[in-house]
Amino acid sequence: MNKKIGYAIVFAALLAAPFVMYPIFLMKVLCFILFACAFNLLFGFTGLLSFGHAAFFGGAGYVAGYCLTSLGLPTEAGLILGTAAGALIGLVMGTIAIRREGIYFTMITLALAQMLYFLFLQAPFTGGEDGLQGVPRGKLLGMIDLKNDLVMYYVVMAIVVAGFALIVRIVHSPFGQVLKAIKENEPRAISLGYDVDRYKLLAFVLSASLAGLAGATKTLVLGFETLTDVHWSMSGLVVLMTLVGGLGTIIGPIVGAIIIIALENKLGELGNFLAKLTTIDWFRSLGGSVTIVTGFIFIVCVLAFRRGIVGEIAARFKKPTQL
Amino acid sequence: MEIFGIPLQAMLSQLLLGLVNGSFYAMLSLGLAVIFGLLNVINFAHGALYMMGAFLAWMGLFYLGLNYWVMLVVAPLLVGGFGIILEKTMLRWLYKLDHVYGLLLTFGITLMLEGLFRSFYGVSGQPYSVPSLLAGATDLGFMFLPIYRAWIVVASLVVCFATWFVIEKTKLGAYLRAGTENPRLVEAFGINVPLMVTLTYGFGVALAAFAGVLAAPVIQVSPLMGSNLIITVFAVVVIGGMGSILGSIITGLGLGIIEGMTRVFYPELSATVVFIVMAIVLMIRPAGLFGKEK
Repeated sequence: MNKKIGYAIVFAALLAAPFVMYPIFLMKVLCFILFACAFNLLFGFTGLLSFGHAAFFGGAGYVAGYCLTSLGLPTEAGLILGTAAGALIGLVMGTIAIRREGIYFTMITLALAQMLYFLFLQAPFTGGEDGLQGVPRGKLLGMIDLKNDLVMYYVVMAIVVAGFALIVRIVHSPFGQVLKAIKENEPRAISLGYDVDRYKLLAFVLSASLAGLAGATKTLVLGFETLTDVHWSMSGLVVLMTLVGGLGTIIGPIVGAIIIIALENKLGELGNFLAKLTTIDWFRSLGGSVTIVTGFIFIVCVLAFRRGIVGEIAARFKKPTQL
Repeated sequence: MEIFGIPLQAMLSQLLLGLVNGSFYAMLSLGLAVIFGLLNVINFAHGALYMMGAFLAWMGLFYLGLNYWVMLVVAPLLVGGFGIILEKTMLRWLYKLDHVYGLLLTFGITLMLEGLFRSFYGVSGQPYSVPSLLAGATDLGFMFLPIYRAWIVVASLVVCFATWFVIEKTKLGAYLRAGTENPRLVEAFGINVPLMVTLTYGFGVALAAFAGVLAAPVIQVSPLMGSNLIITVFAVVVIGGMGSILGSIITGLGLGIIEGMTRVFYPELSATVVFIVMAIVLMIRPAGLFGKEK
């Protein structure tokens, strides 16, 4: 019952948010929330650390952008094809990567994502270093004009809420329980007769598709797509969001994504404040060097804070980790 | 003379370039393998420490007037010392955890190091000239051989084989190998395993810094030079498997040559060929060329 009230409050807050805050910023945060939740499905609930999720996020963004700009397809086709591209890249990458386990799996996903980065850098349709510019939002289903930020916000909200609901459903389904079993004890899952590789691959493709949906939506919101989204640092960022929020918790990645994106946006102000406080001028450059701060948070999280914010709170109150 | 319509001269110079890249792959993947063997940590920071080595060489010359040869010794020592501090203060706490945490921690260290160097020196490269002793090129009759590039290949081969010799043929190496197999048993024999682990990490990253100093005159010294290289080296490690020292050296050099040849015949693929080879090897022999099947 408590849970239902909680969801209702969050839903109301989501509806009201664009009247209080800048809608574009909110939409960006929402896209990253979906991205982080999709990543958590794989790392948090299946125990597979992919360091190549930027490939799905950015790859889908490029495909969606290309479909909307050069092919002039309608908005929903762009989103669907972008998501499909995420799924396809995920299928290929997953098929190759699940042949190894543990740390090798991570290195393979990182390497394959880097390969895709080089392909996008050279491919004629991506605009190279400049990226895709001026992606039109168009009209949803031919009638809802998305040029208005408020309308766009509610569409993005609907997409992200639906994606999140799907992830929650997957986690609590029998399929999700098998994934958990694989994470906890793979040999036992095999001995119980589960075809572990198929489950892993399906989890990988699902995670990739949802990351793709997030990427395609983000391109639609911002109207451009650049190489930043396929770069390995983006893969690192989504790992960080999940880690900060709480690995393997349902709402952890949401908290993590909000914190990290807000931090990225406000770091310049924070740096100026610290410069004033300590009279060390170097802090002023903090806004330009987000990586130092993200690197620092990474180190702190891994050394002292492995459960993340939500995981830590859940452990305090001795509730089961699935809030 | 031409082979497949490509002048021999061009082909040989690309082959040499490939060997140079291969030398870097070999040195870095060797360091990764040695560290992983004893620490069970995939050292993402390897690329950043390689960058630090190159930067120290440049800083030594720029601020203190210390030449290449001095820095070739000093930079690895400094970075090795830095590595020892990292191991003592951070990595040490992660050995009992899942391997992914070691990767995530060293990823964080990478971001911090890169960010720090970027905030002071920007992203553009700093020029570093070839030491006068190794400048110029000799005419071998069939091609011009830039002396510095030949030096990179020779120096890295010497270092790689010295490492191989120490690990495979000496008593110290025997302790190391035993520590990789069963650290508890080795400790029971009265060997200070934690110290050995610390020194191994220091040595591994010193090797990366040595590679960085070697690289300084041939590529622009920039804060981002390491992270792009390290991902390729990860692919090299996946291809070779981390079980064998000689395997790492051979795989590194071999992939450098393959990359060089790709640049001759189909330049568009040269950036991605290592990853393609990785995918093919994984399909045929998932454990890697020199890895042991479990």
